[in-house]
Amino acid sequence: MKFVDEFRSGKLAKRVSAEIAALVDPGVPVRIMEVCGGHTHTIYRHGLQQLVPPEVEFLHGPGCPVCVISMGRVDDAIWLAEQPDVLLATFGDMMRVPGRRGSLLDARARGADVRMVYSPLDALELARRNPDRRVVFLAIGFETTAPATAVTLLRAREEGIANFSVFCNHVTIAPPLRAILDMPDVRIDAFIAPGHVSTVVGSRPYEFIAREYGRPVVVTAFEPVDILHAVVMILRQRREGRCEVENQYTRVVRPEGNPQAIVAMAATMELRETFEWRGLGRIERSALRLRPAFATWDAEALFELPAARVRDRKACRCGEVLVGAIQPWDCKVFGTGCTPERPLGACMVSSEGACAAAYQYGGQKCPAAA
Amino acid sequence: MCLGIPAQIVEIVDLESMIARAEISGVRRNISTALCPEARVGDWVLVHVGFALATIDEQQARETIALLEQMGESYEQELRELKASAA
Repeated sequence: MKFVDEFRSGKLAKRVSAEIAALVDPGVPVRIMEVCGGHTHTIYRHGLQQLVPPEVEFLHGPGCPVCVISMGRVDDAIWLAEQPDVLLATFGDMMRVPGRRGSLLDARARGADVRMVYSPLDALELARRNPDRRVVFLAIGFETTAPATAVTLLRAREEGIANFSVFCNHVTIAPPLRAILDMPDVRIDAFIAPGHVSTVVGSRPYEFIAREYGRPVVVTAFEPVDILHAVVMILRQRREGRCEVENQYTRVVRPEGNPQAIVAMAATMELRETFEWRGLGRIERSALRLRPAFATWDAEALFELPAARVRDRKACRCGEVLVGAIQPWDCKVFGTGCTPERPLGACMVSSEGACAAAYQYGGQKCPAAA
Repeated sequence: MCLGIPAQIVEIVDLESMIARAEISGVRRNISTALCPEARVGDWVLVHVGFALATIDEQQARETIALLEQMGESYEQELRELKASAA
């Protein structure tokens, strides 16, 4: 079946929307949080909020790894880029994230050597080609990108590439969800779990959400109809009094995930005791650092980073957006003081951030489901 | 960076280092198959930041590409980054 074409034609969407409407109890809100920038993007791009009854509200969680990097870590990356002989390589999205003194792009304009790469392997290649430079890869991302960094580190060790290091900012998907569920007045009834991260970690890391917190979870693919299908699966669980982790993306995600990726991550990285998330504060055991055996390739061991703690900007309410407490347009600076061209908060930087997606597709204001 | 992009393996470049050449939306570049060792020439894989993470069937690949093309800017940026690094 051609999902995309059918969705465009509207037939399939209408059918699934009708199914959702039939499963909703009138007047009983169902707030569903997705934790993947790709899902956020699809929800706004295809106006899915408008295709479901007002009882169903989509909330956008901390699923964009660019958006959750704290200003202090951005400042550290800029400091690294400004050290003698350093060439700092990172993904394009990361280059625009504002720290206290601007972004990595601003640092480049001031003369720092900051390069955009598509893959950590490209950063390693930069190290091979520039033996007289210290090449630092600013690594970010959830478990979709962490295994790539891991394999690159194994490669660097195998080839004995000494002028390559990693400034590791990888985060893990499950701990922030627990942190959000532990917050007072949490208003989330169910989760749509990310498809691609789950390709790596499998569906098991979400089981605590169903077991300990009584919220259904559906691992979901990326097409608009997949997301609507996930809503149906969540509503069915509620109607039937079930609460479990279901997999809507069976065509790619296996319960045990990708074993090679898990092994590569475990060989090179370990959990940090704590990590500062933009807008969420410190979350225990929620991020990865390099193992001591990889200290030779660890920028945090090679350089004395300033590691200053920087408070989020007062006007910016990214933190509340990231936990589903408010919608992007509830923030006063949304679309005025904070736009994709001049982002104040990180949710406006990446096209997968909730604010950027709402701005791009929702116009200035999206009527939220009441 | 977060987008998984379907690619078709066209050649195994280095069996030992698990490097393959893949075609991604018209661009050819080397990718790693270290995390997807079952991938063979002709297979479709889901690529994240230069690494194949899972094999998919051709129909899924084509549907995903169609969806990505609708995403506009973020997909175009991903492709620009890919092209810039494809040499």
